[in-house]
Amino acid sequence: MAIAFREETFRDDFTFRNSREGIRRFPFPFHEDKYMYAVNIEPHVPGAKDTAYEHLIDVDEHYVAEMQDRALVLQEDPLRCQALPHMMSAQWDTLELLMEQQARGYPEAFTLTRNGDRWRWINRPMGIDHTFTFGDPSTLPFEPMEYITRQAQGDFCIVDQRDGNLWMDAGIVTTQADWSLDFDIGMNFMEWHGPVPLAHEVGVFDRALKFLLNLQQGKPVRRLNWTMTINPRLDTSPENYPKWGPDRATVTPQNVGEKAHLRVELQSLWRLPRSNAILFVIRCYLISMGELVTVPKWARRLPRVLRTLPAEIADYKGLTRYRQTTVDWLSKYDDGAATSAGFFPD
Amino acid sequence: MADSAIKSRPIYKGLHINAHARRHLFALEGEGALALTGQAESQGAQFLAKAEVLYVAHGSQPRAHEGSLQKLAPRTFWQAPTIPTLLTRVRATLSTATMGTQLYIAGTEGFIGQVMQVALELGIDPNSIATEHRGSLARRVQCVHCKGITENVTASPCTCSHCGLALLVRDHYSRRIGAFQGVNIDAEAPGTAPSPQELFP
Amino acid sequence: MSINTDMPVRVAAVTEVAERVKRFRLESLDGAPLPFFSGGAHVVVSMQDDGRLRRNPYSLMSSPHDPSGYEISVLRVEQSRGGSAFMHEHVKAGDRLVISQPVNLFPIDHRGRKHILLAGGIGITPFIAMMEQLSREGRAFELHYAVRTRTHGAYWKNLQERYGAHRVKIYCDAESLFIPTATLLEFQPLGTHLYVCGPGGMIDGVLNQARQAGWPEQNLHCERFLAPPPGKPFRIVLQRSQKEIAVEEHQSILEAVEAAGIDAPFLCRGGACGQCETAIASLDGVLEHNDHYLSEAEKAAGRKLMICVSRFKGPELVLDL
Repeated sequence: MAIAFREETFRDDFTFRNSREGIRRFPFPFHEDKYMYAVNIEPHVPGAKDTAYEHLIDVDEHYVAEMQDRALVLQEDPLRCQALPHMMSAQWDTLELLMEQQARGYPEAFTLTRNGDRWRWINRPMGIDHTFTFGDPSTLPFEPMEYITRQAQGDFCIVDQRDGNLWMDAGIVTTQADWSLDFDIGMNFMEWHGPVPLAHEVGVFDRALKFLLNLQQGKPVRRLNWTMTINPRLDTSPENYPKWGPDRATVTPQNVGEKAHLRVELQSLWRLPRSNAILFVIRCYLISMGELVTVPKWARRLPRVLRTLPAEIADYKGLTRYRQTTVDWLSKYDDGAATSAGFFPD
Repeated sequence: MADSAIKSRPIYKGLHINAHARRHLFALEGEGALALTGQAESQGAQFLAKAEVLYVAHGSQPRAHEGSLQKLAPRTFWQAPTIPTLLTRVRATLSTATMGTQLYIAGTEGFIGQVMQVALELGIDPNSIATEHRGSLARRVQCVHCKGITENVTASPCTCSHCGLALLVRDHYSRRIGAFQGVNIDAEAPGTAPSPQELFP
Repeated sequence: MSINTDMPVRVAAVTEVAERVKRFRLESLDGAPLPFFSGGAHVVVSMQDDGRLRRNPYSLMSSPHDPSGYEISVLRVEQSRGGSAFMHEHVKAGDRLVISQPVNLFPIDHRGRKHILLAGGIGITPFIAMMEQLSREGRAFELHYAVRTRTHGAYWKNLQERYGAHRVKIYCDAESLFIPTATLLEFQPLGTHLYVCGPGGMIDGVLNQARQAGWPEQNLHCERFLAPPPGKPFRIVLQRSQKEIAVEEHQSILEAVEAAGIDAPFLCRGGACGQCETAIASLDGVLEHNDHYLSEAEKAAGRKLMICVSRFKGPELVLDL
């Protein structure tokens, strides 16, 4: 059952669109009509068919186009992919995990054949067929993390565990919501979450850190995070803020449907076996307001969430300039009826 | 004093003398010298026999403190003319130092950050270094856009000394880079940057 | 969140390797590879001893890169609570056991420029896997291994042959050879990390000397093979499960709770990792904290208990379980 990969762009002419199936499977992040930070971690186990949760590493119709955009970002700014020297073992763990999961979930697209340390990796959508020695970086065109993450959707951070803390010591970050890998690499858990408002006060990070320090092999977990973006731009990095910042001021009551996008991160955390590090997967999904309101439950819920969002959270997520215009536009689709609990469409 | 409410900001706990250290290495800038003279007064002078003091006057009162440091009669005293030359000396000393060496850094935040970078490179765990903030609150700022570092920033927004963008000086700090993050403040509406406010004198 | 990831395994071989030390090789039932792990990791082995469930943690000593089987070594302890006695006397090739996924509470610090490993007796086991890993990754390390006698010490000959006498030093108590800890600590380059595993007294001694020599905590690592100490029996009340249960003399609270069919979180079962921390709803009596996890202040405050090793004396203890 092959995926129909789309040809689309996440910059310049922004031809990105979701198909009807793409809309239905979108990981809508609000289970009630308001939003507040919570640890909201749950076991990462295979979920319902035809949703973003079906496979533990999700490959969708945007795969090929996203990988092309990633390659462009890295060409412009190689500092988006870095690994501190002591993280090589964790890089190999990551390569193994992503190859295994993609081959398992999408056998028509990916094949992994292992013969001791001689591995053969076939990636049909990207036209790759490569044989290499697991453990020997000189048999790959890039370091292992960069090699495989250039073929996997989402951002990836590898976090070293030591001294009762977690340290972000490697990563590739080209689809992030506004944080800089180059600046944050080397920071510990509390430090890299430093700028997030309110959450520290309610102890969210203390509990999350304690939980993650005891994350076990074979028991990955996941959670959702969200923000909004104007235009379906993946690379909303602080580095390029002067390029995309002005987009925030271009939202008008007429163009909310095409310009304003809900941006959801389906995050998963995996204990890595050889390095004892943790892989943090940040898988990004975009949906325009026009696409979102084709699902009546979401059309009612989203304006209610945005309207009641605390100002500090709205500011931190960068919504301030266009929040009201977006709420006004969405409210046309909110008939006031009750919404069912949970994320999924009715 | 430095605001320690920001979670990515290191907390400078003070130059408490490690009684167990085999060797004490002090890197001091400007008024940072007073952090050491203060410890010698309260703790007694025994540790000075195993101490090396590297000092750069740079800070707000040049040539004010080398006299009082020399009076302490540490095993070694050396004065650097500038911060880069002091860093070269720290690197040389640490590259042959052994476990049991305690590093102490006192001075402005930017100075602490730069010495800490050398120490991290040479394998010292950051949590084992004693630090104390003395003197100006001026910051080193890394422009997230061009990666250039602007020194001695006392106002926000500031102008990046490399690419010229107006930067909001955030409270987010990187130990690895030894600087605060600067982000273009008028990216959403170019030309609307507010006038600088002296926030870190 | 109790997804069971335990693995049934077959005992593929039992080998006597030294006086009172047996090695057990464990393989999956269908020959499938077992998960990779990091040097220093352990598994918790669940054994059915005549209707009584026992769970003991054992360090993995096999190569972390070889998924065809796991190897553990068990020292037959004099006053065994039953775990090591069971393993030595009742487990033979072909038997089935259940093991947890590997858990690592004694990992290598990957930034280390040099790793000094100090082992006492059966404390050698985690280091055997660690050295496989360190040597494969080309890292600098040395092992200093203290044994009671040459026949009590397991693996010392193989290790010297494998890694060379320049990296593996053996100290035999019976020959009055002891680890020269003070000398070892004196001139190590910056960025050296020290790891110690062995009897509690040895660990305390080494860590103390290291601190006195000016080594920072961040460079010191230890693993204690702490078995839950026995004590007078007592009763506890589990508030959420609405159960009252007895904790016997040679049984920990955690074991009593598990025997009553309740799933309580754990990882190391030795008072070191914090996973079994349980809130106390109310108490009338005295807590006996036997762990290495809570701070002195937390122990004094009496609001939490590490149920894998700690005990209680008094009329009533109500736990939030």
